[in-house]
Amino acid sequence: MIEHLELFFKSIFIDNMVFAVFLGMCSYLAVSKKVSTAVGLGAAVIFVLGVTVPLNWLLDQYLLKDGALVWLGPEYADYNLSFLSFILFIATIATMVQLVEIVVEKFSPSLYNSLGIFLPLIAVNCAILGGSLFMQAREIPNLGLALNYGVSSGIGWFLAILAIAAIREKIRYSNVPAPLRGLGITFIITGLMGIGFQSFGGMLTGDNEPPEEPTATTTVAKEEKEIKKELEDKEKTVSYNEVINK
Amino acid sequence: MALLSKKDTNLILDPLADNNPITIQVLGICSALAITAELKASVVMAVSVMFVLAMGNVAISLLRNVIPSKIRIIVQLVVVATLVIIVDQVLKAFAYELSKTLSVFVGLIITNCIIMGRFEAFALGNGPWKSFLDGIGNAAGYGIILVIVGFFRELLGSGTLFGFKVLGDPVTKTGLYSIGYENNGFMIIPPAALIVVGIIIWVQRSRNRSLIEEA
Repeated sequence: MIEHLELFFKSIFIDNMVFAVFLGMCSYLAVSKKVSTAVGLGAAVIFVLGVTVPLNWLLDQYLLKDGALVWLGPEYADYNLSFLSFILFIATIATMVQLVEIVVEKFSPSLYNSLGIFLPLIAVNCAILGGSLFMQAREIPNLGLALNYGVSSGIGWFLAILAIAAIREKIRYSNVPAPLRGLGITFIITGLMGIGFQSFGGMLTGDNEPPEEPTATTTVAKEEKEIKKELEDKEKTVSYNEVINK
Repeated sequence: MALLSKKDTNLILDPLADNNPITIQVLGICSALAITAELKASVVMAVSVMFVLAMGNVAISLLRNVIPSKIRIIVQLVVVATLVIIVDQVLKAFAYELSKTLSVFVGLIITNCIIMGRFEAFALGNGPWKSFLDGIGNAAGYGIILVIVGFFRELLGSGTLFGFKVLGDPVTKTGLYSIGYENNGFMIIPPAALIVVGIIIWVQRSRNRSLIEEA
């Protein structure tokens, strides 16, 4: 239970699709002019991620992983088909999107009208393929967690596009410098929102921080850690000051 | 006869500035931002995209009269995915460290909107040679932005370029660091990429005011 909760919050806030890894930026920028369309696209992304991530998890587990074919018999144990994962994942996604479109059109025309036009857009949304690839890279252990990961990353993306659409609706009344209007200011706002979301970074680490990984982290990553530590130290001193004042 | 007619040259040069895929057409931003903390990764990414886009454009353009328009998206995805698998395997074989840094973003070239966008907008309606040039041009326009962002983020964030300490050593305090210069850690975190691209758009549109969007 606790691991589900942890993954849920982590995928929404800390590893937010838009602010931490920049996935699905194209549709994020193109479809965020109005809140209502943003909500439609966001809902479609949650739905498709929730379907494709578990499906691709099954594919990865029983077809692609190193030794995944062992259920066919012991002689298949040393097959590693993971180089095929890109093509299989994208085929699954394209097929699922098409299938969902047909099913929704048949059974719920009203939902189709609000959501349907976004579905073809989604087949080539990086957030969807990214969800599956990150699921594979992070080695999510079971189907339940994979479903959780898909849905919660979708919710994170939904929140991001909802927020930027609301800001863009309001910013029309502001006096933005002419060359920055439209795309430019959207980039900068997203950057600022991203900085805000960075502050969720320490949320789940708490006291029992795992020992630093001995793997070859690049200098960049190291410096990032140092900066984070500095920031944490600063926060600590601030809270001490408050205590002293009290 | 010249190898490139004037029209062909425009196919390559236009996307570099006034019709840039990232800053004007708003395509391919997804993968552009996440890997630009280091210049080396940006260059490798730009070259990979150029390979995939040029080859894919040629393939789609050759197939353009055979593909039924209803299933063209799936055909396009298969072509891109095949090319990306080649890139991924080559990177894993010859530059393993780098392929770890790029991790899933190599795979995400498949859903890079530039590629689908150019297939749809250009390769489906033009011959192979023109499509090839269009692919090279657009990938170069994408690469230029990547390299600019990567250059500033690595220089200001880590004080290095391609891993060489061009500004001196921050630990032993040589070069610029001896007069009190500090690296700007802000440039390394992901949101900085967005702000750098925002500033590039600002500069570009101030220089060419016809690009300014109506509010």
